Amino acid sequence: MIKQIVIISGKGGTGKTVLTASFASLASNKVIVDCDVDASNLHLLLHPDVKEKHEFYGGKKAYIIQEKCVQCGECKEVCRFNAIKEENNLMIVDPISCEGCAVCSYVCPEKAIEMRDNISGEWYISETKYGPFVHAKLGIAEENSGKLVTEVRKNARSIAEKNNLNLIIIDGPPGIGCPVIASLSGVDLALVVTEPTLSGIHDMERVVNVARHFKVKVVCCINKYDLNIDNTRKIGNWCNKENIPVIGKIPYSEEMIESMVQGIPVVEYTTNNITKIIQLIWKNMLELLV
Amino acid sequence: MIISIASGKGGTGKTTIAVNFALSLCESYPVQFLDCDVEEPNAHFFLKPNISFHTDIGIPIPEVDERKCTYCGKCAEVCAYNAIAVIKQNVLIFPELCHGCGGCALLCPEKAITEKNRVIGVREFGMADSIQFVHGKLNIGEPMPTPLIREVKRCINPTRIIIADAPPGTSCPMIESIKESDFCILVTEPTPFGLNDLKLAVGVVRKLRIPFGVIINRADIGDKKVEEYCIEKKIPILMSIPMDKEIAIAYSKGVPFVFEKPEWKEKFIELYKNIKILIQKND
Repeated sequence: MIKQIVIISGKGGTGKTVLTASFASLASNKVIVDCDVDASNLHLLLHPDVKEKHEFYGGKKAYIIQEKCVQCGECKEVCRFNAIKEENNLMIVDPISCEGCAVCSYVCPEKAIEMRDNISGEWYISETKYGPFVHAKLGIAEENSGKLVTEVRKNARSIAEKNNLNLIIIDGPPGIGCPVIASLSGVDLALVVTEPTLSGIHDMERVVNVARHFKVKVVCCINKYDLNIDNTRKIGNWCNKENIPVIGKIPYSEEMIESMVQGIPVVEYTTNNITKIIQLIWKNMLELLV
Repeated sequence: MIISIASGKGGTGKTTIAVNFALSLCESYPVQFLDCDVEEPNAHFFLKPNISFHTDIGIPIPEVDERKCTYCGKCAEVCAYNAIAVIKQNVLIFPELCHGCGGCALLCPEKAITEKNRVIGVREFGMADSIQFVHGKLNIGEPMPTPLIREVKRCINPTRIIIADAPPGTSCPMIESIKESDFCILVTEPTPFGLNDLKLAVGVVRKLRIPFGVIINRADIGDKKVEEYCIEKKIPILMSIPMDKEIAIAYSKGVPFVFEKPEWKEKFIELYKNIKILIQKND
């Protein structure tokens, strides 16, 4: 049975990726996945050797064949995304605003609009010293990151099946929208990494509720817990009330940043307290998975 | 003038800078603050606006009049998002997948589809002293923040300086937030993650042709590579804010640091003047 773990946070910059890299170093028999496809960082700590590179077709975009276009403007009229503009007496599609609904192509009386495939990113299967790693890169100013996340996860799963690996560790994106939902649907456990700031608490509460909405078991850990002990207590109380185990508290540490600069997981950078705490968090997570 | 604050990487200090910038300017200029991070809005913790208007924001989704429907399947055929399916004598609608393009209603040969509003979040408007404040809150479980961001931006008041706080990342929500800005401030930190995501964000603002500059937050941690990158690419470094435990603690409590360190107000007013010059140069 393959188990899947996702690391999320709501708020960005709470330490998801540094922790995921450490888990990658501590875990055995796993596939590692970076689902933060529009600002991915895990590769900076895992140093992948890319074995396979695939183009990702996210969706179609409207394209106006100018030779056929009579500038009647019907396309512009029906487009709800304001993606069609008139410039120098030509109708032009702004590909960044186009959501690929194709309504313009259906209403065009001249059949002058084609829907064309759009490469919106790339995804990769890589080898790392920690095991197989599936990751991706969304193209500049592209959309459909949720679909790309789904594609990446699908491939991670088939690698796990093929190689008899029983664990998938997923580094999730910030926020609560489509790429987050795509990252956490169907996982066995979500670790929410928060920090003791008002923003951190608020964002944690929202993302916890998203995870629950999709029926995913949630646990929490607090990074930089010593920055504001009052807020750390508030997080503990809220989690207690909501029946969410707090499985670790990590103090502020320069070593987190130093290890990032060195490009290695923090548990390999130091044998100090912080590493022991992360090892314990990992152990707690494994116990919760069974 | 619209100045957006974005970053690529999360947690670099966008909201801190946006809030303190707005508070520094509001003593001399009329300011409007837009929190475009509708997935995780946080600026209200710092600005504490008195919210006077709540507006439910929705997207139009199809509703089928079964008396008129002939189950021809045209709606399912034209829907690019698989949000509508026709199976025998049944029309199934998947509201979370619908982008509200209106194609099904427009193209139904029987005119059997009308549209109804499906609420995805709320927009709130209020005053924080002299600052006009607008933000949006996406409902839990909703995948699409962009329609709500568009509605937040619909409140733009061109008679004021608009400070727009964007969500992290480089995909649709970030793009929707910074589109049409006169200037974009990219906030980063001097670490490999900060640099990697700064480069991605620079790619986006260049593609959108928005003039931009960088603020380096916690400037004395990590390494010097962000600074070297900006110098090499001739990207203006607008400001560097040192790592300061007092600033971090003030942030954790929801206190804007210009209240505790008023000397920064001058620096933010200077920042605004520099941005004006950079925009003029760009024209």
